[in-house]
Amino acid sequence: MGNGTSIGRVRGHGSAHSGTHHWLLQRYTAFGNLVLGLWLLFSLVTMQDYQFETIATWASSPIPALGLMLFVISTFWHARLGLQVVIEDYVTDPANKVIAMTLLNLITFAAIAAGLFFLARLQIVGTATSVSGGMVKSAMQQMMGGR
Amino acid sequence: MAATKNRPISPHMQVWRWGPAMLVSILHRVTGNGLAVVGMAVLLYWLGSLSAGPGAYEAFLGHASAWYGKVVLVGLTWAFFNHMASGIRHFVLDIGAGFELNSNAAWSVFTPLAAVAATVLTWAAILLK
Repeated sequence: MGNGTSIGRVRGHGSAHSGTHHWLLQRYTAFGNLVLGLWLLFSLVTMQDYQFETIATWASSPIPALGLMLFVISTFWHARLGLQVVIEDYVTDPANKVIAMTLLNLITFAAIAAGLFFLARLQIVGTATSVSGGMVKSAMQQMMGGR
Repeated sequence: MAATKNRPISPHMQVWRWGPAMLVSILHRVTGNGLAVVGMAVLLYWLGSLSAGPGAYEAFLGHASAWYGKVVLVGLTWAFFNHMASGIRHFVLDIGAGFELNSNAAWSVFTPLAAVAATVLTWAAILLK
């Protein structure tokens, strides 16, 4: 490393070989968000009401449940990529950048895990509700902490 | 090797003249980060309360239908449509189209207007149901 300008130091070294990956992932997830986001919005607007029974039945039936899981993964991943660019743009101190990126990755993984866990939990409780004449439901409720 | 410290950093607030393309770019970042932080939190609260049962979901509905909840939800709807519209604009720019000055400015003006219109239509459909 000489003492040249920052542009001078990178000139002639070719591609960093990592930017394209980020860029493409942002586009892939953007397309997923576009399709899934419009589907979710349309589903919510055309929902007959927003009471627990209606929403829980809808969100625990197979296609909506799968759609919501994909929506959580696609949007949260896309959000991570976008927030990374903001950190790269505004956090200039290397140590702060490492800390910010670490937190961003941990929070993203935690958020995706939480979203999928909530949907899986709803799946179990919702299925138990629709199957039951009471037996399965009450057994499930006892397992889940009794509600 | 003068002035290496004075190179412009994004988003070039002090260097560039305000214009439609710049406004769309900034709105894209603002709405994207709003959705990433607030949208993610609201989505998780919604799914979490739903999975926790009727009581928790009632509490969510109480916040969501209060005035401040509606402000957040309408704001998220607008952010979604704005980010979607400028995101589609990015898809068009990615294939190399729409860089001609007049069409670039025209689509930059159209993008936020379409987002506001879509937000109004969506909430009209919800509230007039």
